[in-house]
Amino acid sequence: MASLELSNVRKAYGATPVLDDVSLTMAAREFVAFLGPSGSGKSTLLRIIAGLETADAGEVRLDGRRIDTLAPGDRGVAMVFQHYALYPHMSVRENMAFGLRNAGVPRQEIAARIDEAARVLEIETQLDKKPGQLSGGQRQRVAIGRAIVKQPRLFLLDEPLSNLDAALRTRTRVELAQLRQRVDAAVIMVTHDQAEAMTLADRIVVMHDRAIQQIGAPMEIYGRPANAFVARFVGSPAMTLAPVSLLADESAFAAVRLGEGARIETRVPRDGLAVGAPLELGVRPENVQVVETSGGVPEAKVELVERLGDRTFVYARLADGLSITAEDAGGSRVRIGDTIGLRIDGAAVHLFTPDGRARHAAAAAA
Amino acid sequence: MTAGRPARRLEGLAFVTPFLIVYLVILIYPLLMGFVLSFQRADLFGARTFVGIDNYARLAADPVFHQALGNTFKLTLLIVPALTVITLALALALNRPTRGAAWLRGLFFSSSVLSVTIVTLIWRFVLTPDAGLVAEILQAIGAEPIPFLSDRNLAIPALAVTTIWWSIGLPMMLFLAGLQQIPEDIYEAAALDRAGRWTRFWRITLPSLRRTVILVVMLQTAAQLQLFGQAQLLTAGGPSGASRPVVLFIYEASFVRWELGYAAAAAEILFMLVLLVTLAQYWAARPREGE
Repeated sequence: MASLELSNVRKAYGATPVLDDVSLTMAAREFVAFLGPSGSGKSTLLRIIAGLETADAGEVRLDGRRIDTLAPGDRGVAMVFQHYALYPHMSVRENMAFGLRNAGVPRQEIAARIDEAARVLEIETQLDKKPGQLSGGQRQRVAIGRAIVKQPRLFLLDEPLSNLDAALRTRTRVELAQLRQRVDAAVIMVTHDQAEAMTLADRIVVMHDRAIQQIGAPMEIYGRPANAFVARFVGSPAMTLAPVSLLADESAFAAVRLGEGARIETRVPRDGLAVGAPLELGVRPENVQVVETSGGVPEAKVELVERLGDRTFVYARLADGLSITAEDAGGSRVRIGDTIGLRIDGAAVHLFTPDGRARHAAAAAA
Repeated sequence: MTAGRPARRLEGLAFVTPFLIVYLVILIYPLLMGFVLSFQRADLFGARTFVGIDNYARLAADPVFHQALGNTFKLTLLIVPALTVITLALALALNRPTRGAAWLRGLFFSSSVLSVTIVTLIWRFVLTPDAGLVAEILQAIGAEPIPFLSDRNLAIPALAVTTIWWSIGLPMMLFLAGLQQIPEDIYEAAALDRAGRWTRFWRITLPSLRRTVILVVMLQTAAQLQLFGQAQLLTAGGPSGASRPVVLFIYEASFVRWELGYAAAAAEILFMLVLLVTLAQYWAARPREGE
């Protein structure tokens, strides 16, 4: 059964639209990440689901029940706030009990739920402390605990890892992944960090410009981005986009020419593409190989080398001024200022039509 | 600053000297003088004799002083709780970003900029039994006018109402500032925690304002223990001392009866009272663990 259903949700602040016609259906127990740059409307959408903002139009349903007309506390959702929003004058235990007490949960039941959550989150020894006495990571756990004890149908996490330092963030990410196995509820996480979205979510909702750009499993978003925005936003370093022209040819697949002259045989079906129409070619760093400068491959001048240990990213500039990112082995000897050859894997490139829509390589069998 | 050479330290001293001189001359010296004076019999012309604790002993036995102390406590008890509740309610009602609320904030604050002379004039117009505002209203509904300022049971409440009206501005602003400090997401969390209006007020807003409430109560207590101008101008302490506060007693002792030593002793006692209130505030407002 569907868990959360959004249909045609719209929202504007005065004359400024922030969400245009957003629709989404989540499966039971699904973990969905709203991924997008700031201002993309992802937080607003989360707040509409929570009831902290009202939509101008559209419906929100949870487990078949319409909830957008209900008060936030009656919706069966729990939220973990970006800055935790713990009640500073209450102990950890009181923070977790507050919502349950307001909902009239019996005292014993409250105590049992808090003990269970504290055990899972390993904060048993902190229960009588005030939030001010806790570290950032501990506060985060309390905030999660406060959500868990409510046994909601849907968890809403607003940038849950953004306030943690790098080491703690990776650890908490793993814990979040383990946690979601334990809870019988769907989860929505808002994030601008693609690594978080890729590692945690069953499906990613990429948002930009007030609208959903693509909904898909992480590898689908990465491998078959719906448009140029998703292609650039997901993946690090970002995909290189280069203007190309389509060559007249008898082949079933499009062949294109880069500005500097190199010809690339893609595996993107040619049908529907007009010869001479402006296209953009998209290629990820791992599909651009650094080679010797001989033998008709495009040549580029190295501008920056990033050594990550297991691999090396090479930022280079082609003769026509185009910046391109390539990947090389961990032990790469390429240095800034070198002239290198680049081999672009035609089978892995994407083409983008002028409206930004993507054309992908046909499946391997074709 | 830990390892400064002597010359450096003198330099630093030079910076604070002007302030220190002013501070010593106009604050510390009079304070000590007052203390010394309270053990002397003295008049305005400089004749002084040491009398030990004679002044304090006289105060302890003076029914007029006792009455003044009682009046001061009554006034403080009437004014401070009411003022705190009223200004908190006003702050809660006016803590919104509308133009109307801003206008009303200004209006409620405006009484505090008036001098005590103007305030007492206004309230005289309101309270006086012949043709005062209240009297007119009472007569319109067929009731007798009430002599607020000359009835021994009504003079203190009348002073309290006047003082509350005059003092609303500052505590209201303190509460507004306190409310602005409460992060919005706590209220959002409370909304998701099914907290109703009352729960929100009692469990979120009021605990978050704890220090502001203490500050307001203590500032107002210290201020009302020193209430003077309104009493002098509205009732002159009357009828027969029924509304005379301690400061008016001190004023009359020193500038009407010229008993400077006696007045100074009363002032020292008041000083101790205010000091106790201030210390109580420091104690009550000390940061609790984890906040």
